[in-house]
Amino acid sequence: MTFHSNADDAELIAALKRRDEATFVGLVGRYQGSLLRLALIHTRSRAVADEIVQDTWLAVIQGIDRFEGRSSFKTWLFRILVNRARTRAERENRSLPFSELIQEASEPGEPAVPAERFLGADHPQWALHWAVPPRSWGESPEAKLLASETMEHIGRALERLPPAQRQVIILRDVEGWTAEEVCNVLEISETNQRVLLHRARSRVRAALERYFDA
Amino acid sequence: MPDETTESANLPELTCKELVELVTDYLEGALSAETRKRFDDHLEGCPFCRIYLEQMRQTIGALGQLSDEAISSGMLDVLREHLRRGR
Repeated sequence: MTFHSNADDAELIAALKRRDEATFVGLVGRYQGSLLRLALIHTRSRAVADEIVQDTWLAVIQGIDRFEGRSSFKTWLFRILVNRARTRAERENRSLPFSELIQEASEPGEPAVPAERFLGADHPQWALHWAVPPRSWGESPEAKLLASETMEHIGRALERLPPAQRQVIILRDVEGWTAEEVCNVLEISETNQRVLLHRARSRVRAALERYFDA
Repeated sequence: MPDETTESANLPELTCKELVELVTDYLEGALSAETRKRFDDHLEGCPFCRIYLEQMRQTIGALGQLSDEAISSGMLDVLREHLRRGR
């Protein structure tokens, strides 16, 4: 096991052990949104998600004196949340057991782009090249992409993803985590992480394409 | 997953269908040097795959802009209380 704890973490943990309120409130501000989004993967109820997040912070307060810095604080914090969310979901028969992530990554997935959008393997010149190519979303599509209606479509596309894909893409692309952090918290291999991320991103792109081309 | 054995001989050109499955590995820097070269070579000659890659980048950019959920202030009060009592 490698030690990821850095100097910032050491200071943070010392402050938490002193029960420094400003540090704690700052932490809540920094991670609350991420914790809540991750909790909402396991339950559809906002109230239940809030409870899971609150329980997580309570566990931090209760457990900080025993925290040894074997992982980064962030990894520790989100593992507490993931474990609580899983336990809770299992109790409510909405389980996403941890093995399901690996199982989902190991199963053959649908292609990133439907096969019918490519020419056949028997095409004399352009075998397996685009038959129905993507159309550009414009030179500077930022305004279009960031419009609130587009954001709603992205949100809905995320909701339709299988849970394992949803967890990975939310942590990587919405929260901006590194691959290593995601692997540590969800306890999956780098390859599984990439497979899930690829399927998720491909689906969200396809949803945006359908929306823009409609 | 690409068949690595096809790479050794004469590096056949990637097809568009293969390329779209390698985009995440490409963006993550997880391709072998050879496959990366085949990817770049294909992109150079294929405007459609350039558009596809651009759309994947734009999708990732848009995902990063999804708005934050608000913190409920009630919860913060409860946590503060626990912090004080935990002392």
